[in-house]
Amino acid sequence: MSTTHKVWRFGADIDTDQLAPGAYMKLGIEGIAPHCLEAVRPEFAGAVRAGDVIAAGPNFGIGSSREQAAAALVQLGVRAVIAPSFSGLFFRNAFNLGLLLLTCRGAGELHEGEQVRLDLQGMAVVAADGRRLACDSIPEFLLDMVQAGGLMNQLRRKLQTQK
Amino acid sequence: MKAQGRQPQTLPQKLIARASGRDHVAPGEIVSCQVDLAMFHDSSGPRRLKPMLEELGASIWNKDRVVLVMDHYVPAQDEDSRRIVRIARDWAAEQQLPHVYDSVGICHVVLPQKGHIRPGMFCVGGDSHSPTGGAFGAYMFGIGATEMLGVVVTGEIWVRVPMTLRMQWDGRLAPGVMAKDMALHMIGRFGMNGGDYQAVEFCGPAVKALSMQERMTLSNLSAEMGAQAGLIAPDQTTREWLLAVGVPDAEIELDDWCTDDGVDESVAKTFRFDAGTLAPQVAAPHSPANTKPVGEYTQVPVNVAYVGACTGAKLDDLRAAASVLRGQRVAAGTRLMVAAASVQDQRAAEAEGVMGILRDAGAELLPNACGACSGYGGSIPDGANVLATTARNFKGRMGSATAQVYLASPYTVAASALRGRITDPREVMA
Repeated sequence: MSTTHKVWRFGADIDTDQLAPGAYMKLGIEGIAPHCLEAVRPEFAGAVRAGDVIAAGPNFGIGSSREQAAAALVQLGVRAVIAPSFSGLFFRNAFNLGLLLLTCRGAGELHEGEQVRLDLQGMAVVAADGRRLACDSIPEFLLDMVQAGGLMNQLRRKLQTQK
Repeated sequence: MKAQGRQPQTLPQKLIARASGRDHVAPGEIVSCQVDLAMFHDSSGPRRLKPMLEELGASIWNKDRVVLVMDHYVPAQDEDSRRIVRIARDWAAEQQLPHVYDSVGICHVVLPQKGHIRPGMFCVGGDSHSPTGGAFGAYMFGIGATEMLGVVVTGEIWVRVPMTLRMQWDGRLAPGVMAKDMALHMIGRFGMNGGDYQAVEFCGPAVKALSMQERMTLSNLSAEMGAQAGLIAPDQTTREWLLAVGVPDAEIELDDWCTDDGVDESVAKTFRFDAGTLAPQVAAPHSPANTKPVGEYTQVPVNVAYVGACTGAKLDDLRAAASVLRGQRVAAGTRLMVAAASVQDQRAAEAEGVMGILRDAGAELLPNACGACSGYGGSIPDGANVLATTARNFKGRMGSATAQVYLASPYTVAASALRGRITDPREVMA
């Protein structure tokens, strides 16, 4: 639990066309990820590092069902997205792909570049100065899905045990 | 399936209860549902599902319950698109899928035209506008490709039972006002995530008065409200549509697919609207929630008027546009582009003279596909002001990051094409 994560701040209403722009949708995820969020922060995809987290405003992930919106963040190594609310469809896609989403009313209090810890037992984001931001609870089976690395891995295991 | 002695339930509760094999479900419960129908298209479907299925060594749980529609990358405009469509066609042949619709229109419009959506069903679609099926009293929602893989392998999916947000529309729409205006008004009021992934139910006399395709526009746009599903209780209008597309009368079940009288606030919230006083609505860049009455935008010049998409180019939408454009030509300097939502709609529109009116008005006709709406068939010039009948005006969505995209009804788009600036269709129609 001592791992810390660098925060990238984004605003409200980050939509799926910003996360996975339509013009690149014909490419594989390796081709889409470098354009992730370029309309709002052109430097993001090139500068984000594995283990970093996004702290955003309300309604993160609104729009399309394209799961490449979540897959691009996974591809870039984003550990979690912390926001006061998410699109319900994006929420499902993220967990299916092993991306952790934390619904956190206080996400706006996180600062660009600060280091935070994620306390999944206590369901809170913990800042370096000790501030604890409470997050909504997540059903056990969805946490299991994230820990398994997504639905694909779970299905693989399920089918193997059936054989 | 009568509601005797049972605690009152909403339509979404009943649909989820049936699919999960229970008598009753309560909001907040997480249940596993049997899927009656899984729809996906060339973008969300085979190119993603095939490799995952092969990696798992798994097969499709029930091919008869799967529908594949090629609508996003057709007609293919480059090598990448050709490759994606080829994967879909080859996989459909290899799997011997019984329900494949290739280049005949947009999935959400084709599905009900082929009689696949019926009251009482529980359906998923690999596209965010899948709630369109809710217009027929089916619980239908959009999911991503990995989750679709789960459905295709197991035939099951989990849902958290939603609250029902009842949008009660009293009165009757004025001439020149359509379902699109109702939807934009609600999105403006509640915001793009105001539906909070709950189920919306559209009801009241103004909804009952709508045609089936107009109802589909409402359900379609419940996605833009952030609802999981957007339902309308089936009635005689639904029955007539189903009979017309060849569904046997004996298979049409309407009786219990409605919200019971006496549901309380633990399961439903009701919001009331007056259809009679609703003005045509316009959503300004770059959000469908950025909606105001058309009068606020009448100074905005229109370079491109686009009648297209599952949201806004069905037969009833084409008719609306033609009723405004009949015998007239669009303004100099304004391009009118029309992409009918399905081949069937375009043929019907051709037969009744609607396509002729649109052509005579100067419309350029585009293929029956998703095209410019999703930026897949980009023909929107940089920097242009676009007024579209589509669902989404996110920055860059139509392919150009500098285009200013406004959303409106087919009436408003047609009237604005005539005047070359955003125009209240009631002025032109008067």
